[in-house]
Order: sequence, then C-alpha cells, then structure tokens
Amino acid sequence: MVVDANSHRHLLSIAELRREDILGLLDSARSFAEVSTRPVKKVPALRGRTIVNLFLEPSTRTRMSFELAAKRLSADVMNFSSSTSSLSKGESLKDTAKTIVAMGVDAVVIRHSSAGAPLMLTGWVDCSVVNAGDGMHEHPTQALLDLFTMREELGRLEGLKVAIVGDIDHSRVARSNINALNKVGAEVLLVAPRSLLPEKIESMGARTTGSIDEALEWCDVLYLLRIQMERVDESRFPSLREYTLQYGLTQTRWSRLKRKPLVMHPGPMNRGVEIASGVADEVETVITGQVAAGVAVRMAVLYDLLGGSHG
Amino acid sequence: MGNGLLVKGGRVLTFPGGLGGETDVLVEGGLITRVGTGISPGLAEVADASGCVVAPGFIEMHAHLREPGMEYKEDVASGSRAAACGGYSAVFCMPNTDPAIDNASVAEYVFDRGVDEGLCMVLPHGAITRGLCGETLAPMGEMGTCRAGVRGFSDDGNPVSDSEIMRRAMEYARTMGALVISHSEEKSLSAGGQMNEGYYSTVLGLRGIPPESEQIGVFRDICLAEKTGARLHLAHVSTAGSVDLVRAAKKRGIPVTCEVTTHHFCLDDTGLMSYDTNMKMNPPLRSSRDVEALLEGLVDGTIDVIATDHAPHAPHEKETEFDQAEFGVVGLETCLALVVTRLVDAGVLSLEDAVARLTAAPARIMDMERWGYQAAVREGAPANLVVFNPDTEWIVDPRAFKSRARNTPYGGWQVRGKVMHTVFKGRLVVKDGDLSGGSAEPGE
Repeated sequence: MVVDANSHRHLLSIAELRREDILGLLDSARSFAEVSTRPVKKVPALRGRTIVNLFLEPSTRTRMSFELAAKRLSADVMNFSSSTSSLSKGESLKDTAKTIVAMGVDAVVIRHSSAGAPLMLTGWVDCSVVNAGDGMHEHPTQALLDLFTMREELGRLEGLKVAIVGDIDHSRVARSNINALNKVGAEVLLVAPRSLLPEKIESMGARTTGSIDEALEWCDVLYLLRIQMERVDESRFPSLREYTLQYGLTQTRWSRLKRKPLVMHPGPMNRGVEIASGVADEVETVITGQVAAGVAVRMAVLYDLLGGSHG
Repeated sequence: MGNGLLVKGGRVLTFPGGLGGETDVLVEGGLITRVGTGISPGLAEVADASGCVVAPGFIEMHAHLREPGMEYKEDVASGSRAAACGGYSAVFCMPNTDPAIDNASVAEYVFDRGVDEGLCMVLPHGAITRGLCGETLAPMGEMGTCRAGVRGFSDDGNPVSDSEIMRRAMEYARTMGALVISHSEEKSLSAGGQMNEGYYSTVLGLRGIPPESEQIGVFRDICLAEKTGARLHLAHVSTAGSVDLVRAAKKRGIPVTCEVTTHHFCLDDTGLMSYDTNMKMNPPLRSSRDVEALLEGLVDGTIDVIATDHAPHAPHEKETEFDQAEFGVVGLETCLALVVTRLVDAGVLSLEDAVARLTAAPARIMDMERWGYQAAVREGAPANLVVFNPDTEWIVDPRAFKSRARNTPYGGWQVRGKVMHTVFKGRLVVKDGDLSGGSAEPGE
C-alpha cells in the first residue's frame, strides 16, 4: 500500500506491494469470504464511509464486484460512468474527480483506459484511490483474487508454476499477475507469439515460450487471457482460427493431458477461441470461484485502505 | 543607449581558442568597437561581467513559438522574452502554427513580430509541404526571398511520410540553396506511441515508440540527401542508432548535420516511472544507453548542434491522462544551465566545445552572417552577446519563466550556469538575469 503525504492509503499497483502486503490481504480476504456465505451478507466495518466507483471504461464484473464489496462493508457507494457524465461534456479528469471528492468521499475506485490515471488521481484528490484497471498497466485486485483462488484451490503459492497464455502485450491482468506471482515465489511462463509479447517482458520476471503444449506439460496453473478480434486488424496474429489452433485450450489438448492444471480466466471468456466450450464447462467452477473471490478480495482491500487501525 | 555599453571584466570565449583573460568589451552603435583591458566606460552604461564568460549570443535552431494560432501556449513576445533571458540572439521557429508557416505572408508576419519585440531575431523555418500535409510542396523560393529570408524547411512535428515527395523537396531545396530539416519518424511504427519502447514502457503499460521508427526515417533521409545532393539537417536525434547513421553518413561525405536536444542528453526513460507528463515528448526520452551514445556523438562531433525543441503547452494540456497529454517541453530558459551542468561540469565537453554547439555550429548551418551575426566577440562585429556566469548555482523555478508555459521536467533541479546579460544588436536586453525593460507580461 502506498501512503501519501495526507496519510491516505492507495492501492495503485501490485508492483508497489510487498510480499507481506499481498499475503496479508489474502488472509484478510479469507475472513471476508465468510461474510458472503451468511444469510445477512453485511458487516458494519465501513459504515459512514463513502466510496465512489469512477468507471471510465466499460466494465460489468469489476464494477459490480467493487460495489458489492463496499455494500457488504456497509459503506455508501456512488457509481459514476463516463457516458452519462460531465466527462462527456469535455470536463477534465482532474476537475471531474475534484468535484466528486469535494462532496466528501473517502475512496475513489477508478477504472480508466489510460495507464497511470490512478496514480495521477492521487495527486489531485484528497482521498484514497484504488486502481480497478488502468490501460495496459495494472489491475491489482484481479491479481489478488487470482492468487486467492490459486491458494484456495492448490493450497500454496510458493513454487507454483503458472503459465499465462494470450495477449500479454495489451494485458494489465498479465502485468499484475507477473508482479504478484513473482513476489509470492511462484514461477511464471508466458505463452504467446512474439507479436503479442511486449518488449523486455522477461525482465519483469517471466520466461516466455511460443508453445502452449510445452506450457501444458509444465504448469500447475493455466491462466488464459481473453483474446480480442481487433488484434487481427493490428496484424498481431493472422486470424482467430489460427490463434485457436496455435494457442487455444482445445478439447484435444485438454483430453490428452494426464495431469490437468488448474484452468483460470479473468473473463469474459470467448468460448471456442481461447478455450473450447466443453473445457470451459468442465473448469467452470474455478472460473466462477474467481468471481466470488473478487468480492472478498475487494472487501479486504477497501477495509485495508479505509478501516481498521490505519485511520 | 546612445552612449554605448561597456561589458566589463568578463572572459571572452572564442572558437577555436577557448577562454581568454579578463577583458572589457565596448559596444557602440550596435557594433563591438573595442575589446581590451582597462577600457574606460566614459558615458557608456556598464554591465558587470566579472566572473562571467562573454560569448556570441546563442542560436536556437529548433523552437516552437506557437504564433500564429496558439498564442495561449506561447507567442513571439513571450517566446522572445524567454529566449533573451536564455542568452539567445536568434531563434528559429518551426512552421507548425495555425495557419502554418507555408507561405511568405505568414513567414513575414512571424519575422515582423520578432522585429517588433526587438529582443532577439525570430527567424521562421518554412514548411516543406503546404499545410504540413505532406502532399504538395510549399513555395520555398518565395519564402526564401521574402523579408523573412527563410532558409530552413521542415514539416517538424511530423515526417514527410511519402518518400517521393521528400525526394522532390530535397531536389527543389537544393536548387533554392535551402536546408531541409528532417523530423525523422516512420509513423507506422510509432502510431499511438507514448514513450520509448523498452522495459519501462512494458512495466508502465504505455504504448512504445521504438528507436527503429526514428532510425528508419534518418536512414531514408540520409539516402535521399546522398541521391539529391541536398543539404540535410536531422532534427532531435535521440537514439544510438541514429548517431551511428549520421556518423557513417558524414564519413561518406554526405552533406548532413544534426542536432540533439538538451532533454535527450539530460534525461532517460526511467524518468517516466511516475507518469510525469513533463517527461513526454517526441521523439521520446530514450534509454540510458542511447544517452551515452548521444554524449559520444557530441564528443566526436557527429552531433553539430544543441537545440531545445522548446515546445510550450498550457497547463491543462499536461495535467491530464498520460496518453492524452501533449508532447513537448520548454527549454529556452534552462538550456545553458543544463549544458554547463551536464556537459561541461561533467567533463563531456570543454566550455568552448559546448558553447560552439549553441553558436558557431548553428551559425554555420543557418548562414547567420547574412543576418549580421558573427560567432565571434571581436572588434567590428555586430554586438550580439551573452554574458553568463558558469559557476552560479540556481534552482529551476518554472514559475519564474518568461515563457508563457511551465512544462519543464527540470522544476526544482539544482543547476550551475546562469545568463547574466544578453546584448542584442548593441542593446542590453537582459541585465543581471532579468529583462532590462521589466519582466512583467502585459496583462498579467
């Protein structure tokens, strides 16, 4: 957690977290997960606190997840989306954010298409800031919920072999996971054609391979990224068909594996592209488990920033 | 002013020759009339130059003064004030204004605005193509013979993407005796780019601008210069590969020169880690390896000129999301200090070699004698002088800039080397580090 000059705590990236921070949040998330199983899914931890979801990029699951997390902690939540807002009238992010925070807000959860926007926001507003995904930079709560799921499913993180498959270049999820997995002592293998890997990605702490079959033999966790049609127009790969043939988790690949890895996906899935529909059905419980973990992890994050002993 | 000016007790810098002993320089009627010791001021105004270097006024080969059309960022008046305080006698301004400087009327307008201000020469570069659209040639001949005497042509901000048009532009420029200034960039490789491509762009999740995008442009224009025989000047080279290409071209005798900006040798792409939009420019800050290569290029003479690519922007154009922020930084008022601090004090270049990149070299490339500028402090020469103290330490305070803009990456930097006086056409336009006529911007 980053603490600014005004003692506001922020979650901007996994890169800024220490191993203990990550493990602490995962432990805390575990106790919050229990809240969601109760008939009355609410604790008074953040009663009287106000959280704004400033989502300036389309998002369903992350926004709903943050909203539920805040509500289960009894915080008041306001949702803000770009299409219906002053931003569409040409107001700057700085002015928009200052205006909202002037109403008395304790935390802003921001999703933005521009990398670095959450960090900039911390310089402009007098409250905590949570990064809910910024451009191709980071999506820290996604990585936390992914680690939470891995630990729940496999019982450990240290020494875990995680293969991340797909469009690494455009993926904030990949960047956050590479950072997080490195910090907790897991190994990362990136699986993609070179045209979907950013420059010097190996220096972030990951090996790379062009072969999903190599990765499948090696990994404990197979993490599939959503592949987008527009990358074909950018000449990143020839066609979705070719992508599926080369990098898809096809039924054939899945069936011939003796030792099946844990299959994860940040959603939304493209069935028939990065994952065959039958395989998706088979591994669905893990992927919906990730979604459930998302609420618990975000409760832990919001509680860490706004509640407890930090003030 | 009618009684002349005595610049007293400074050390004159000559190229070649270096620093002389303590000397007085007497200026009368716009000319240097005496250089010697113990000159009595008589009725002349005295500018104290003790502890200072007296050099020919600087020449900026690459600035954006934003007039006409974007006066909210900067105009010829504010840009001239910034230039005078930075020690400049002449500023070449780029034609990417609105309307563009692509015809004699606009060129003369900008030139005349500079004359009105009277703080330094404001000399427009003309566009290579009409409206900077890269499609049809702008009237280089007419711009060259008009009052503004345009000699350098550039579509700076953008490359001339079509190689056939660039070829014809060079051929035509050669006939007109003009210089083609290339903003070298292969746009298909840099589209959407925000910073240098490499480890830091990957970590930050910002779209990269690969060095190859610049180098392909540099190589193409060197090929075309060789073919056409046109004089080519490469603006803001920023990569090790570009330096190598220029070095090889010069070895082959191709008439090519190039410039480096202060920010490209003072900063590298690690500076982007805080998403500081004042570190965003095009070409982008490169890797530390590239910075080393640029310094080598300065040392061995591959790089002829130090420019600033002074690119003023309004605060709201920088206080925004990184990928929405404008490219560019201001530089006129910090150049000397950075040259002294990062090149001279750091032992990269001698003072003489460093200052020559701001005076003698651009004067040669832009044929400044036609404007009554000589890169020498000697009797009979027009009095365009800068007097700076290479030992004065100061802290860069963007609020104190004479430029209308504040977009500098150097705010708070402790630097050495300060312009004390600037003499333009015999007049002391900057005295004791401030404009002689008062510094307040009208209406502010």
